[in-house]
Amino acid sequence: MTLPAWLDDLLWTYQTLIHSLGINGLLALAMYVVLACGQLSLGQAAFMGLGAYSGALLTMKAGLPFYLVLPASCVAPVAFALIIGVPTLRLSGVYLAIATIGLGEVLRSAYLNIDALGGALGLNGIPERAETWMIFALLALSLTALVLVGRSRFGRAMEAMREDPTAAAAMGIDVARYHLAALVTSAVLAGIAGCLAAHQSSFIGPNEYGFEPAVTILSFALLGGIGNPFAPIAGAWFLTLLPELMRDLPELRLALNGIIIVLAVLFLPHGLLGWRMRRTPEKLAGGAR
Amino acid sequence: MLAQQLVNGVLLGATYALFALGFTLMFGVLRVINLTYGFTFSAGAFIALALTRQVGLNIALALPLAALGSGLIAVLLDSLLLPRLRRRPSAELDSLMVTLGAVLALYSLMTAWLGPDIRRFPPGTISATAIELAGVRVTAAQGLILAASLLLVGLLMALMTTTKLGLAIRAVAEKPDAAGLMGINTPRIAHLVSLLSGALGGAGGVLIGLNFNAIQPYMGESMMLRGFVVIIVGGMGDMRGALIAGLALGIIEVLTAGYIDSSLKEMVAFAILVAVLWTRPQGLFGRAVGQRA
Repeated sequence: MTLPAWLDDLLWTYQTLIHSLGINGLLALAMYVVLACGQLSLGQAAFMGLGAYSGALLTMKAGLPFYLVLPASCVAPVAFALIIGVPTLRLSGVYLAIATIGLGEVLRSAYLNIDALGGALGLNGIPERAETWMIFALLALSLTALVLVGRSRFGRAMEAMREDPTAAAAMGIDVARYHLAALVTSAVLAGIAGCLAAHQSSFIGPNEYGFEPAVTILSFALLGGIGNPFAPIAGAWFLTLLPELMRDLPELRLALNGIIIVLAVLFLPHGLLGWRMRRTPEKLAGGAR
Repeated sequence: MLAQQLVNGVLLGATYALFALGFTLMFGVLRVINLTYGFTFSAGAFIALALTRQVGLNIALALPLAALGSGLIAVLLDSLLLPRLRRRPSAELDSLMVTLGAVLALYSLMTAWLGPDIRRFPPGTISATAIELAGVRVTAAQGLILAASLLLVGLLMALMTTTKLGLAIRAVAEKPDAAGLMGINTPRIAHLVSLLSGALGGAGGVLIGLNFNAIQPYMGESMMLRGFVVIIVGGMGDMRGALIAGLALGIIEVLTAGYIDSSLKEMVAFAILVAVLWTRPQGLFGRAVGQRA
C-alpha cells in the first residue's frame, strides 16, 4: 500500500507528535482505570518510567525482540503496583495518592544515581522499534477492552464504588480487590506506554517520569472526564496538541496543566465529555436514575 | 565521627519535624492532604532570600517575616481552593487533586519568573564560626536551626495544649460540626490553622535553605517526600508522632549518607514509608485507620 505523497510528508513531519498522541492516550487510560474506581494514583508516570527503562535495557542489553520486550516491560510496573497497592488500597484514598507520589520521587532519584541506568544522562541509542501502527493498535485494543469492561457488570461495580464505596461494599462488591485490579491494569497500560515511548524516541532520561508528567497525566483525565474511556483520551489529545501552539514556553505549559486541574476539579467535576456508558435497556436505566 | 553524624542528624531531623508538624496539623484539623504545603516551603526560603539580599535584613528578623509571609500565602491559597470542596462526598481526593494542580502551576510560574537556578543567601547572612565541643562541630547556622526549631515547636505545643484557642483547634479536629455547635467559629479556626501550618512550612524552608545554602523553586517538591514519610510513620494528624518521626528520619538520612551512600537517602526514606504501610498503616503512634463511611 502506498500513501499519497502529501500524507506521507505529513506523517513524517509530525511523527513525534502523532506518536505522543497515541502514547498519551494510553497514559490517559491508565489514569482513567484507577479514577473510575474512585481512587487516585499518581504513579502512572513512575510506572511509565519503569516500563521505559526496563524495556530499553531488555532491548539493548539482552537483545530481546520487541514482541517479547513489550509484555516483559510490564513486569516491573506491576511489581511496584503490588508493593504499594496491597497495603494502601484497604486504607482511605489519600494513602495510595501519597505513596504513588513518593514512588515517583524515589524512582527519579534512583535513575539519577544508578550508573547502569545512565544517571543524569539517561539511556541513549535505543533502537526505534515502536511503529506508528503498533502504538495506535495498542491504544485501540486497550480502549475496546475498557469499553467492554465498562459495559459489563464490572463497569457497574466500578461506578458504584466510585460513587459510594461503603454502599458498594454492602452490595457485595469486593472493593479492595477491584481497586487492586484497577491499579495493576493501570501499571500494565503505563508500562506499555513507557516501553513504546522509549522505543520511538531513542532516548530516555530521569526527569521524564517525575512529578510534572505525573500531574500532566492527571490533567488529561480530569479535563476529558472519567465517565467513559473516550473522554480521557480526548483530554490527552487536546492537551498534547495545545502546547504545539506555545512550544517556546515550557514552564507556562506546565502551569496551564496545573490550572486546568484546579478549574476542572472546582467547576467541571465530570470533565468536558461527561456522558456515561449505557449498560441497561433504556427503560431500566430511566428507572434507576 | 558517630557523635558528629548524630548531631547533624538531629539538626536535620529538627527541620523535618518542623516541616512535617505543619503538614500534619493541616491534615489533622482540616482533614485535607494539602500539597500546596510544599510551595510554602519554597516561598518561605525565597522571601527570606529577598529580605536578606534586597532589603539587607538580619536573618533573625527575616526568618519570622518569611514565616508570616508564607502563612499568609497559605491562607490565601486555602481559602481559594478548599472551601467549596469541603461538603462534597469526594472531598478528600478532590482537595488532593486541586492542591496538586495548584502546586504544579505555582512552581512553574515561580520558575518562569525567577529561573530554575540555585540561589544562595548573601555571604555573612549567618556567621561562619563554629564551636567545637568534645570533638563535635556545630556551626552557627546549625545553632540557629536548633534554636528556631525548638522555639517554634515549643510555642506550637504550648498553644495547642494550654490555651483556649488550642482547645478550640483540637475540638475542630475531633468533630468539626459539634465544635461549630459549641460556638467555635470553625471557618476562622480553619484560616488560623492554614496560617500556622504555612508559617511552619515557610520557616522550614528558610532553615533548610540556610542548612544547605541552596534555594530553588522546586525545593519544596523534593521536601514533600520527607513530609509524606514523616506523617505516615508518625500517624496522620498526630503531632507528637510527627516530631519523633521527623527527628528519626533526619538521623537515619545522615547516617545513611555517612556510612553507606548519600544517593540512597531517598530510597531509604521511601523504604521506611512502604514498610510502615505494610506493617502498621496507622503509623507508629497513631490510632487505627480504615475506610471511613
